[in-house]
Amino acid sequence: MPARGRPLSPHLQVYRWQIGNTLSVLHRFTGLLLSLGLLALVYWLVALAGGAGGYAAALGLFAGPLGLSALCGAAFAFFFHLLNGVRHLLWDVGYGFERRTRHASGWLAAGGAVALTALVGTLVWHRLHS
Amino acid sequence: MGSAKSGTGHWRAQRVSALALIPLALWFLLSLLALRSLDYAVARAWLARPVSVLLASLLIVVLAYHSYLGTKVVVEDYVHAPGAKLLSLIALRFLHVLAGGAGLLAILHIGIGTAAS
Repeated sequence: MPARGRPLSPHLQVYRWQIGNTLSVLHRFTGLLLSLGLLALVYWLVALAGGAGGYAAALGLFAGPLGLSALCGAAFAFFFHLLNGVRHLLWDVGYGFERRTRHASGWLAAGGAVALTALVGTLVWHRLHS
Repeated sequence: MGSAKSGTGHWRAQRVSALALIPLALWFLLSLLALRSLDYAVARAWLARPVSVLLASLLIVVLAYHSYLGTKVVVEDYVHAPGAKLLSLIALRFLHVLAGGAGLLAILHIGIGTAAS
């Protein structure tokens, strides 16, 4: 049969969107962000071991507008990956597969990540401005 | 280094490291938030405590391992050219050993260096 650009088998557009679609992509994406976070953490540790001068420079970088935005993103990535990761671990041992549970835990992970990011952000904000 | 050759081992390692990271990462975050500031002397004194040295060392090693396992799957899923795939996987491994090693060395330097002086 000639190839005529027919639709290939997993045609995603026929599926109705569910929360799980987005969360699955987001889990991988936040994981990648956290891998960058690992590099930032190592930079912080190496600077702390290196001496007061270099550490002050590193801290200045983290406390700048760009650094704080990145830390905000990292905080959300951390909390989301943590909460959604717990969902995955529970699935791995056989819990939470029912549709209602799956959807509820998905919204809980997403909402929880936003709430925890806001909480930590507020705490840090108060610390910086008091 | 193909994705089909050691699936079960990778799957298990990813889960076990994830489980270990839950308490370790939460400990790290809560400890930093509990510090009165992140100034040099404060941060160093905190990290120099034996408990901090132990837990931070575990955190950095397990985190680097978990990050390696995760990014490895991403490369295996999206990088298809054999040469580019092999190079990317080797680069990932080098980068993670380097990052984990540097972090670990920094922690030990602070812990042991401070205790000795």
